[in-house]
Amino acid sequence: MNNSIKEILIQNLLIPTEIKLDKKIVETLQFLKREKVSNPIITISSNTYSKISGIDEIKKQIENYIDERNLNVTIIEVGSLGISSLEPIISVQLPGKSKIFFKQIDTENIILILDGIFNNFILQEYVLGQQKNKIHESWELVPFLDEIAYFNFQQRLVLKQCGFIDVNSINEYIAFGGYQIFVKTINKNTPAEVCDIVEQSMLRGRGGEGYLAGKKWKIASSTPSPQKYLICNAGESDPGAFMERFLMESDPHKVIEGIAIAAYAIGAQKAFIYIESDYELAIERIKKAIDQATAYGLLGHDIIGTGYNLEIIIKQGAGAYVCGEETALIKSIEGKRGKPHSKPPYPATKGLFDQPTVVNNVETLVNIPIILKKGAEWFKSIGTEDSKGTKVFSISGKVEYSGLVEVEMGTKIRDIIFRVAGGIRNNKRFKAIHIGGPSGGCLTEDHLDTPIDFESIMLVGASLGAASLIVLDEDNCVIDTVKYFMNYLQKESCGICIPCREGTRRMYEILENISKRPKDENGYATLQRFKGVMQLETLAEVLKNTSMCGLGRKAANPVLSTLKWFRDEYEEHIFERNCSAGVCQELRTFEVDVDACTGCTLCAKKCPTGAIFGTPKNVHFIVQDKCIGCGICFETCKFSAIISQ
Amino acid sequence: MREIEKILDQYLFVQRDNLIPILQEIQNTFGYISEEAIVKVGNYLKMPTSKIYGLATFYNQFCFSPKGKYHIKICNGTSCHVNGNNLMIKEIEKILGIKDGENTKDNKFSLEMTSCMGVCGMGPVMAVNDKYYTCLTVKKVTEIIRDYQQMEE
Repeated sequence: MNNSIKEILIQNLLIPTEIKLDKKIVETLQFLKREKVSNPIITISSNTYSKISGIDEIKKQIENYIDERNLNVTIIEVGSLGISSLEPIISVQLPGKSKIFFKQIDTENIILILDGIFNNFILQEYVLGQQKNKIHESWELVPFLDEIAYFNFQQRLVLKQCGFIDVNSINEYIAFGGYQIFVKTINKNTPAEVCDIVEQSMLRGRGGEGYLAGKKWKIASSTPSPQKYLICNAGESDPGAFMERFLMESDPHKVIEGIAIAAYAIGAQKAFIYIESDYELAIERIKKAIDQATAYGLLGHDIIGTGYNLEIIIKQGAGAYVCGEETALIKSIEGKRGKPHSKPPYPATKGLFDQPTVVNNVETLVNIPIILKKGAEWFKSIGTEDSKGTKVFSISGKVEYSGLVEVEMGTKIRDIIFRVAGGIRNNKRFKAIHIGGPSGGCLTEDHLDTPIDFESIMLVGASLGAASLIVLDEDNCVIDTVKYFMNYLQKESCGICIPCREGTRRMYEILENISKRPKDENGYATLQRFKGVMQLETLAEVLKNTSMCGLGRKAANPVLSTLKWFRDEYEEHIFERNCSAGVCQELRTFEVDVDACTGCTLCAKKCPTGAIFGTPKNVHFIVQDKCIGCGICFETCKFSAIISQ
Repeated sequence: MREIEKILDQYLFVQRDNLIPILQEIQNTFGYISEEAIVKVGNYLKMPTSKIYGLATFYNQFCFSPKGKYHIKICNGTSCHVNGNNLMIKEIEKILGIKDGENTKDNKFSLEMTSCMGVCGMGPVMAVNDKYYTCLTVKKVTEIIRDYQQMEE
């Protein structure tokens, strides 16, 4: 059966120049696209997120349920729908009925849900929505997925099939139109034509600086060399970003197709995917996809009789943030320390093993088949003047729904936070949004109407880099967040250039000083703190101007942007020695509530500095000069008599 | 330590770009990279051991001492941080008396702060060996670790 499907797909969809659909092919396609199903089908979202929230046990439970009742049900593994907060998600498709999605499944409610749906009854509590579909009869009183606010506002090109398509099946991918563009391209277009189309589409690299992908390709393809390389950069070690991970887990074949087309365009016969080694599931899925595509003759030697050869190799990254930088990444693949070097020479002329190399990130490459399918003009019609197409963001932090969001370039930040992600959790007040990971910047409420694209984000001091959006609410301290990023950067700095190695470390120390309670306010500590703060801005500028690679140049971004927009918060920490969000623990002061204190002496016994005085059964008091703000008294008091301020 | 040779035999070509994959496989097999392994890899790839050690310490993935029986990984991603994971980290450090990258004296527990685990909506997250715990609070962390400690007694 499987072999015959393979033959049908290759013979009828991939090889011929004009596709003629006869009855047999139509039936196969209907079967693969699940337009006509004879037995119920359950899809299980299987990705890193749902695996951690226990999808494997739920799957076992479903299998047991089916076995016990002797039902004829097919179980399929799909990727992520993008709305991570509601994982684990499953869907059930009954014959003739449209597919219905359930959210927040656990091992208990799954039985109730399955009992219900097999009796045509729906537990509304757990319903996410149903897929809009002309062929199938829709359920009553169940919202369509694209009517839900989270999906409604998104424009999904890259994520279109994520969460719907079987991650283990190349057949299904081909049935939905996959690999047809690749085969058509290598049959009909010359590599130069492909470069032209991509350049016309004005697709910009989604990784960082936003360099035109087509231009980069042209440089590489016009450099004479016996061997050229394509590298797909999936080393997304940025904390808080998970776009590439979920893309590879949810639609692995699309990534492979993008790589294959790009490699053809630059004339590369070897391509590498650089994936972080802790992305185990992504590596497994990509590996499987490569094997399947090779078995179908879509990779390897003489692809579909065109004479073009391509080998895709997975390289596992060993965990270094700086390896997101293309020159460092190339060093890492060569088996050396991931240290960047100054450009030029650009990798496009002299890269991996000194050969012309193009480095593109996953999202850029996934856009390629879409552009070639629908044309450069169509792609140019989406987005803003300088930034075309859509952008995938991973949004998390204090929002209601965290997950993947794909919106048109030029969408306002406000819409992403409040319309798609459902606003701030627990009705708290919005404080800031951090864009672009450790090298990005913080924006305030005033910037919420900024359209999000490469240029406008740079203007406000942030960077689109790795498009992670972290939303902070009133309970978060901006200084603490910046300190976190500086700590991350000073650990990850490769150490080759001094401004970055020393600068990030010093900036971290200055921030640490601001949020620390000095042991002796009269001594050096106060002076040091002030001196540091005065130098913070200059230091940040030096770092920006003199560092060699993107990591150092952008390392000052969090500090500079917060100094600009959250100056009052810095001043509060420095002058008033107070953190109004209550995050900087050492700045907390404690007092004894005279009415509540019973004089049990517990706090005085526990206090590490002996700052609490009092006799048994009498009200205690805290000597502020001795207090270090550790909060042990606050935690130990059984009568809530210690008040934190 | 026959297994190191077995791993090395899989790499037919003595090439520098095989170094990281070899080290990764050694780490996956033994859980850490021993001095013996570094010497053997050096002999195989005809490289000075100092260079191999230098490379291995550059990357976060590699560690050079065996992990504890219960290896605690706590996510240090941005989202977990803004959801207050430093309170949990402090609590674990307090209970076990170890810091990031250290083992307890009886080698029962080891602590590692990892980069983002990708579960940003359910932070703070931690894992003990292969079991994950999400939406942590200080109380929850204390209970989890006490459970493991009791299991050992």
